[in-house]
Amino acid sequence: MAELETETETETAAEAGAGAGAGAFIELDGVEKVFDVRKKTGFLKRERRQVRAVDGLSFTVSRGEMVGYIGPNGAGKSTTIKMLTGILTPSGGRLRVAGIDPSRERTRLAHRIGVVFGQRTTLWWDLPLIDSYRLMHRMYRIPDARYRENLDRCVELLQLGELLDVPVRQLSLGQRMRGDIAAALLHDPDVLYLDEPTIGLDVVSKAKVRGFLRDLNAERGTTVLLTTHDLQDIEQLCSRVMVIDHGRLMYDGPLDGLHEAGESERTLVVDLERELPPIDAPEPARVVRVEGPRQWLAFPASASAAGLVARVAERYPLVDLSVREPDIEAVIAKMYAERAGA
Amino acid sequence: MGAGSWRLYVAVAAGGFRRYATYRVATAAGVFTNTVFGLILVYTYLALWDEKPQLGGYDQAQATTYVWLGQALLAALAIGGGGMENELMERIRTGDIAVDLYRPADLQLRWLAEDVGRALFQLLGRGLLPFVFGSLFFPVALPREVSVWAAFLLAVALAMLVGFALRYLVALSAFWLLDGTGVSQMAWIAGLFCSGMLLPLNVFPGAFGEVVRVLPWSSLLQGPADVLLGEADPLGVFAFQAAWAVALLAVGRLVQSVATRRVVVQGG
Repeated sequence: MAELETETETETAAEAGAGAGAGAFIELDGVEKVFDVRKKTGFLKRERRQVRAVDGLSFTVSRGEMVGYIGPNGAGKSTTIKMLTGILTPSGGRLRVAGIDPSRERTRLAHRIGVVFGQRTTLWWDLPLIDSYRLMHRMYRIPDARYRENLDRCVELLQLGELLDVPVRQLSLGQRMRGDIAAALLHDPDVLYLDEPTIGLDVVSKAKVRGFLRDLNAERGTTVLLTTHDLQDIEQLCSRVMVIDHGRLMYDGPLDGLHEAGESERTLVVDLERELPPIDAPEPARVVRVEGPRQWLAFPASASAAGLVARVAERYPLVDLSVREPDIEAVIAKMYAERAGA
Repeated sequence: MGAGSWRLYVAVAAGGFRRYATYRVATAAGVFTNTVFGLILVYTYLALWDEKPQLGGYDQAQATTYVWLGQALLAALAIGGGGMENELMERIRTGDIAVDLYRPADLQLRWLAEDVGRALFQLLGRGLLPFVFGSLFFPVALPREVSVWAAFLLAVALAMLVGFALRYLVALSAFWLLDGTGVSQMAWIAGLFCSGMLLPLNVFPGAFGEVVRVLPWSSLLQGPADVLLGEADPLGVFAFQAAWAVALLAVGRLVQSVATRRVVVQGG
C-alpha cells in the first residue's frame, strides 16, 4: 500500500511539472455548447430548436490565477464550469485543464480539481461532518499523512473544530459552506471552481470564506475560478474578471476596467424635508427618479460621492442619504446593449 | 477499479449503515409497525390455513414463519420502498447528480454500497425484533442446522442485490421522467405483490403462479423463505437469484451509461 501511494505521488508531481511548463492551466479555444431544445407546438408536433449556451468561448487561465467569472443568469457560466469538470461535452472547440481533455478523462481530472456549488451540498446530510471527510479520504485515495495535514489546516483556518461531530443537517448555511469548501480541498486540487460560494451568507461568514480563499491562493498557489453575483467577492479576491453573456466573452481584464467599459454608475439616494422639484445637480450627476421627498441621483462610479453630497447638502434641506454601489448585472446589461447597438 | 477502491465502498456502506442508525425514533416506530402488520397477517394466514391446510405446500407453522420472515425482510429489502431510490431520484431531479458524476467513483457501485449499508442496518435494527417476537409467541418452523441458516443468509444477501438492481432501475427512470412518483408507486405495488409479501407465491395456481414465480421479485422473499423452510433446493434458489442479479445490474449499468451520456451531451 505504501509503495502504491508513493507511485501515485510521483505521477502527480510529474504531471504538475508538465502543466506548469505549458503556462496556461485552463485553456479554451473556440469552445461551443449547443443544446437541442424540443418545444411542443401542437398536439403532437414538436419543434426542434438549437440553443447556443456557449458560443465560441476562448480564454486561458494561468496556474495560480484567481479569476472572477460573471454574467447574468443563463449567460453560460455553469455550462462552462460543467464542461471544465468534464460532466458536459463541448459541441465544438478545444478545451484543456491541466493538459487533460475533461470530458474524455473525467476520472483522471477529478483528482486535480475541486468544485464547490454554493446551492448544493456534497456532504452527507444525516451524518457528522467528519464522516464526509473520511469518505473523501477514500474516494480520492489521499495518503493518510496528507489527509491529516490537509484536514488539520482546513479545520484551523475555516474554524471547523467544533463542527466536525455535528450532523451536516444541523449546520447553519455559513458553517455548511465552510464544510463544503474543506471537502473540496482535502485532495490538494490544483484548481478550484467555486459557484456562488457566498450566496445567502451573512457578512461575517462571507468575510471568513473570502479570507480563507485569499490565503489558499496566496500560500498554495491554487488556481481559482469564481462564479458569483456578488461584486464584493470579485473586488476582494480577483485581480482579473471575465464577463460572459449569451455564451460569449464580453470582457476580460481588471475589475476597474469593467466599470469603465460598462460606464457603471453609483446612485445617491437623498431624502429631503419636503417634495421639491428635481435637484439641480452638478455635472455629470443627474436626477434619474423622484418619488415624493426622495430623489435618486446617478453619477459615475469612478467619481467621489463626497463632493456631490456636500453640494446637495449645502443647497437643499437634507434629512437622510445613502449611496448605492453599481449593480454588476446592470453594468453587464448596459455593456451588452451597447455592443448590440454598435 | 484499482487497488484500494474497496476501501471507498466499505466507507460508503458504513456511512449508509450509520445514516439510518441515527434515526432511533423512526427505527422504533418501524419495529412497532412491522410487529403490528405481522400480527394482522398472521391471524389472516391462520384463518386461511384453517380452511385450507397445506395451502401452497406449507403447514401452519411454516405459514406463520413465512409471515414473520416477511416482516423481518420488508425494510431491509425495501420491498415497500424506502431504499436509496428516493434519494437518487431527488438528486437527479434537482441536478445534484452532477456532483456525483465528476467524482472519481462508480455511480452504481457507490449506491449499491450505500444501499447494502442501509439494508444491514434495517435487517438488524428493524427486522430482528419482530422476528424474535413472532418466534416467541407463535408456533414457527425454524431449522436447527447451522448450514440451513448460513444458506438462508446467503439467499438474503443475493436478495439485497436483486432488490437494489430493481430499485436502481426505477430511480434511473427519473432521468427521462420529470416526476418519478408514478414509477416508484408502480414498483412499490409490484414489489409487495410479486415478492410474496402479501401471500406466498406458492399459493397462486396455474399459469399466473408460474409467471409470478419466475419474475425477479420472487428472489426477494419467496427465495430466502423457501431456503429457510427447507422447501427448495438452496443451490437452485441461489442460481435463480444470481442470474437475476447479474442481468438486472447489467441492464442498470447500460441504462446508467445511456442516461449519463444523455446528460453529458444534452445538459442536465
